[in-house]
Amino acid sequence: MAINDQNIKDLNAIRKLIKQHKKNDSIFAGVGLFVIATLAVALLVLFLDLVIDGYPKMNLDFFSNFPSRKAEGAGILSAWVGSSLVLIVTFFVAVPMGVTAGIYLEEYAKKGWFADLIEINVANLAGVPSIIYGLLALGLFVYEFGLGQSILTAGLTLSLLMLPIVIVSTREAIRAIPVHIREAAYAVGATKWQVTLHHVLQYAMGGVLTGIIIGMARAIGETAPVITIGALTFIAFLPPSPVTDVVPFINFAWLDAGFTVLPIQMFNWISRPEHAFHINAAATGAVIIILTLLMNGIAIKLRYNIRKKIKW
Amino acid sequence: MSKTKSTVSKALAKNIRRNFVERLIEWALMLSGLIAILITFGIVFILVTESIPFFEAVSIKEFLTSTIWTPNFEIKNYGILPLVAGTVTITGIALLVAIPLGTITAVYLSEFASHRLRETVKPILELLVGVPTVVFGYFALLLVTPLLQKIYPDLPTFNMLGPGIVMGIMIVPYIASVAEDAMRAVPMAMREGSYAMGATRFQTAKTVVMPAALSGIIAAYILAISRGIGETMIVAIAAGQQPNFTFNPVESAATITAYIVSVALGDLEHGGIGYQSIFAAGIVLFIMTLSLNILGQWTRKKFTERY
Repeated sequence: MAINDQNIKDLNAIRKLIKQHKKNDSIFAGVGLFVIATLAVALLVLFLDLVIDGYPKMNLDFFSNFPSRKAEGAGILSAWVGSSLVLIVTFFVAVPMGVTAGIYLEEYAKKGWFADLIEINVANLAGVPSIIYGLLALGLFVYEFGLGQSILTAGLTLSLLMLPIVIVSTREAIRAIPVHIREAAYAVGATKWQVTLHHVLQYAMGGVLTGIIIGMARAIGETAPVITIGALTFIAFLPPSPVTDVVPFINFAWLDAGFTVLPIQMFNWISRPEHAFHINAAATGAVIIILTLLMNGIAIKLRYNIRKKIKW
Repeated sequence: MSKTKSTVSKALAKNIRRNFVERLIEWALMLSGLIAILITFGIVFILVTESIPFFEAVSIKEFLTSTIWTPNFEIKNYGILPLVAGTVTITGIALLVAIPLGTITAVYLSEFASHRLRETVKPILELLVGVPTVVFGYFALLLVTPLLQKIYPDLPTFNMLGPGIVMGIMIVPYIASVAEDAMRAVPMAMREGSYAMGATRFQTAKTVVMPAALSGIIAAYILAISRGIGETMIVAIAAGQQPNFTFNPVESAATITAYIVSVALGDLEHGGIGYQSIFAAGIVLFIMTLSLNILGQWTRKKFTERY
């Protein structure tokens, strides 16, 4: 077949097409990189803005002063103490419950409608807006159970939010453990619970821990449900100390106390019209951001290490 | 002979105790599992029982069709539509920002980025998902809105555009992460087939990978919508808390979530109609997000079954 004009024309058309497609390819690569870079820069600017705005307030007084009507002397003492106490409650409720629920679903539950029902519920609970948990807590904990607008109520509320995260991560961690670990334990006569507690859970610990840290980080920053249960925004006192100097050295009166938490304190300061309070808000925001990023960072690193280290 | 017998019975006795403890533990674990069901049941129960008195005072027809929401006025009017309009407008703006940016990021990370870049960007995306929303609210009110006011001076301090854009930025990592997972799950052989035919990476992404991962990508969008609708702090801080029946992004308006916050911030009179109204608003919010979540999970599941 001789090369005629038509062939050359076709060839040129194809070459043009290929060139066009290659051009599209590099255009998209450019666009993609640009989008990611823009997002990264935008977020960096946002966080830097927060840190720079709040920098003048970042000193020890800020952490040891109560909020005040004067922006200059106001601090976050009651907020960080409140956040810590609420998180203690959250931790002691959500962790045992979430881990045992995860163990049940992964190791014990027989396949069937009951396990499916729990599974669907866990998946949906993870997607319920946090403010709905606030409404649940307002109706149930504050009024039905009469717990009031206390640290205990807030801790329980946030533990509801954290529960799905802990359950899902526990299940994922357990699922990754190969059957032969269990079989070896069964072979030497261990019961199911011994297998679970002494072997499965030991290997799953890293993954479980990751979920707990991510859940706690989320609980620190969560604002809407705590506002909904009616947490006060202006608190100039500390709850009774959990540790006392008389036997038995621990008291639980703090569970009943009114409180505020870091994000609510920040929200309150943002809502003020005066600029001086916005600086306080920025400083509080920087504290929250650093805390949550740090915790999430540790969790991600932990998960990465587990993936790298463990080879079955 | 008797000695063997006693050992055996001892072992048996021990077994009975062992079995009993095992059974006990299994029941205790099951109780923990039940909590998930109890919480869902609790949410529905509280939302319904607390808002029944509200719906005795306000007809469901008025609640769903009236366009005026004035619980604090002399003449009280409870039409949920203004709150729904605010919710839809802000979520819409957020999606206009998040869907293009999130999809491009996902395609780039899945099909174009080097292994090293992907391994750097992915954890950062995960980090960003964890940023508290109250911080994003600060950005919307004190950084983005003032910037927008330089371009459009008539923009009020409280508006829907600023928080919408910030919410969009907040959702990007979420869409990018879920959509990227969906695209990465497309078998390599399909890409190789496309490359073998001489297609470029962009052509492969557009005509092979994205259609194959479509239901996963759509699931990411649906779950993102649900997140936007349920988002509270950004809008409560930056969009204003005044119900306003409008779809105009440069006006201020309240969303369902912002209304709940504004009532909760005031003095709640337990059993008053203001108290009950937040549960009625909560039902609407819960139904909207629940149906979107179920739809999203169903779409995603359909996708994973195919390969």
